[in-house]
Amino acid sequence: MPLLKAGQIVDDPWIRVAEDAALPDDQPVLITHARWEAEKEALSQRNAPLGIILPNSLDVLGFGAEAGRFSVIVLSFPKFSDGRAYSQARLLRERFGYIGELRASGDVLRDQLLHMHRCGFDAFEIARADAAEIFAKALAAYSAYYQPTGSSPQTVWAQRLRQRQEAAQ
Amino acid sequence: MYKYDQLDQTIVEERVAQFRDQVARRIAGELSEDEFKPLRLQNGLYLQLHAYMLRVAIPYGVLSSRQLRQLAHIACRYDRGWGHFTTRQNIQFNWIKLEEAPDALADLAKVQMHAIQTSGNCIRNTTTDQFAGAAADEIEDPRVWCEIIRQWSTFHPEFSFLPRKFKIAVTGSPNDRAAVRVHDIGLRMHKNARGEVGFEVIVGGGLGRTPFIGKTIRDFLPKQHLLSYLEAILRVYNQFGRRDNMYKARIKVLVHEIGIEAMREKVEAEWQAIKDGALQLPQDLVDQIAAHFAPPPFETLPAGIAPEYAQAFRTDFEFGLWARRNTAKHKQPGYAIVTISLKKEGEAPGDASAEQMQAVADIADRYSFGEIRVTHEQNLVLPHVKQADLPAVWRALKAYDLATPNVGLASDIIACPGLDYCALANARSIPVAQQIALRFKNWERAHDIGELKIKISGCINACGHHHVGHIGILGVDKAGEEYYQVTLGGSADQNASLGDLIGPGLDARQVVDAIDAIVETYLRIRQKDEIFLDTYRRVGLKPFKEAVYAAA
Repeated sequence: MPLLKAGQIVDDPWIRVAEDAALPDDQPVLITHARWEAEKEALSQRNAPLGIILPNSLDVLGFGAEAGRFSVIVLSFPKFSDGRAYSQARLLRERFGYIGELRASGDVLRDQLLHMHRCGFDAFEIARADAAEIFAKALAAYSAYYQPTGSSPQTVWAQRLRQRQEAAQ
Repeated sequence: MYKYDQLDQTIVEERVAQFRDQVARRIAGELSEDEFKPLRLQNGLYLQLHAYMLRVAIPYGVLSSRQLRQLAHIACRYDRGWGHFTTRQNIQFNWIKLEEAPDALADLAKVQMHAIQTSGNCIRNTTTDQFAGAAADEIEDPRVWCEIIRQWSTFHPEFSFLPRKFKIAVTGSPNDRAAVRVHDIGLRMHKNARGEVGFEVIVGGGLGRTPFIGKTIRDFLPKQHLLSYLEAILRVYNQFGRRDNMYKARIKVLVHEIGIEAMREKVEAEWQAIKDGALQLPQDLVDQIAAHFAPPPFETLPAGIAPEYAQAFRTDFEFGLWARRNTAKHKQPGYAIVTISLKKEGEAPGDASAEQMQAVADIADRYSFGEIRVTHEQNLVLPHVKQADLPAVWRALKAYDLATPNVGLASDIIACPGLDYCALANARSIPVAQQIALRFKNWERAHDIGELKIKISGCINACGHHHVGHIGILGVDKAGEEYYQVTLGGSADQNASLGDLIGPGLDARQVVDAIDAIVETYLRIRQKDEIFLDTYRRVGLKPFKEAVYAAA
C-alpha cells in the first residue's frame, strides 16, 4: 500500500504481521493491539522498531501511557463515516504527548484528509497516484479554523485577540 | 446581531469554493453518489422525492432584513418562489438543481449565510428562544452562547463523523421556549446561590423513534467552561455511542443504556483533563461577541400600555384578537414582541412566499430595527416593535395574509413536510394539518379553547415533534394505507413530558373528527383557567379515549 507521509508518497517500510505469524527479527513491524497485550514482555525485548495497529473501539485512555514505546501507531477507519479514530488521534497527541507517526488506515478518502490532519494524523494509507497533490489541496482549502486542535495553526479566536491587542497599542 | 468579521467571511467563502469543486467532481463522475452523499449532506443538500432540497442554516433563528430579502431572492431564482421554515429555525428550498446549488450558496455567502452542517452526522445548527434579547423573563441573552457554539462547532475536525446527528439548544429564560429537554444537549441558563449565571447541562433528550426527556448531567456549569464541557460530552459520545444500528446511535440511547451516572463519570473525567486548556473562554473574547448583541437603540418610553395601542385594542375587534394572541411582553417599556403566524388556515405550516418574505423584511426595517426571528414552531417574529406601532404593523402584515390571529391556538400546528415531499415519510402531514386548522378556523371557538399545541409527524422520525404535542399525531403505514396515531399530554417546555397513545390508529378523515371530539371533551370537563394540557394532566386518558372511540 502506498503511503502518504509529510505530504509525499513514500515507500512503506513497515510490515504488517498477522496475529499468529512469526515476527521477523530485524525489520520494522506493525503488530495488532491484541498481540501487544498478550506478548508485551517478549516484544519489549526486540531491537527492531515496533509499530501498533489499534482497533477504533479501543479506549485509548488505557493505552496512552504506552504510546511512546511505538514508532508508528495506526488508527482505523473501517468506513469513512466511522469517526472514532479522530478522537483517538487527538487523545494520543494532545493528552499523551505522542510524537511518533500517526497513521490513518482503511477508508481514507480525499475529503477527510483535512480533518485527519487537524486531529494529528501525519501519515495516510491512500492508494492514489495523485495523493500528494490532493493532500496539498485539501490542506489549502481553509485559511483559518475556529478550534484549537493538535496541528491547527492559529485559531480564529487567537487571531482576533491579537488583532485587538494590536489595535489597543 | 452578530456580524461576520473578515475571518468568518473568508471561511464561508472558502466553503463555497470547496463545495463547488465537490459538485463538479460529482457531475464529472469522479465521485460516486455514495461518496458524494456525506459531502452534500454536510452542506444541507438532500435528494428528495422530486428534486434536491437545500436546507439553509439560520443560526439560532436570527435574521436581518437584508438576509431575509436574500432568502426571497433564492426562492425566486433557484426555487419556485417559496421557502419552508422548519422546526430547527432553518429554511428549506424544495426544488433545487444540483448544478445550481453552488451558486445559491455563493449568493447566501454574500449576506453572511450558509448551509454548513444543516445535515449529516455532525453538530447541527444551535437553536434558541425566538424572543432572545427581547423577552421580559430573560436572565441573560442566550444568543451570545449560541454564536460561540456556532463557531466552535463549525468544521470541528473531531466531530464531523459522529455516530449520528447532534442538536444543541439553549434557553436564557426560565420559561423554556427552545425545548431544551428534548435535545441531544440542552443548556438552561440560571443563577446559582451566589448569584452567578451559568448553565444547567441536560443530555440525552430527543424525539424520533425512541423519545426521551433529557437528564441533567451537571446542575451548574460556569460560563467560561462551556466549550470544554461540550467537547467532553461529544468526545465521550464519539467514542462510545453505538454505530451498529443507526436507530440506536443518538446520544440518548447511550445515556439510556449506560445510565446518567456512568455518563456523568466519563464526561466529568474527560472534562477535568481539558477544562483549563485552550477551550477556556477568555472574558475578552466573550465580551467581543456579546457586543454584537447589544440592544438596539430603543426610545425611552413610559411604562404601561401605549395610548395608540389601547385605543386600537378597544375599537378594532379584529386587531384586538390578533394582539391578544400574537404579541408578547418585551423587556423594554413601551415595546412589544410580535409573532407572525405562518399558519393561515388551509396553508402548509411554515411556508412563506418570496413576496411575503420581502414584505416582512420591509416591515422589520420600518418597525423592528431590521431584525426578524424564526421560531421552532415555524412562525416568524418581529422582536422589537413599539406598542404604538402595533396597529400599523398589523395592517401591513394583514395586506400580505400574515396576520392570522392564532399563535398558540389549535390551528398553530407544527407539521413536517410529510409524504408530499419527504422520502422517509409514511403518511401525509400537511393535508391533515390543513384539515384540522380549517376545523378550528372559527375564531370564537379557537380563542375559547385557548392554548393548544398540535404537532404532526409523517413518520416515526418525529420531525413534527408529535411526542411533545399537547395533541400529537403520528402518520404510519398500515398495509399500504395512511393511518394516524394520536397521543395526548406531551409538552416541550420547562415541564417537558411525552404524550400517551390514546388507542388504535385512525384514517385521515377519522383523525380530524377525533381531534374535534378530544377538544369538545376538554371544553366540557375543564375547570376554571385550565388549558387543555392542565385538564389532561388532571384527568388522564380515559374521558378522551371514550369520546374518540365511542362513535367507532
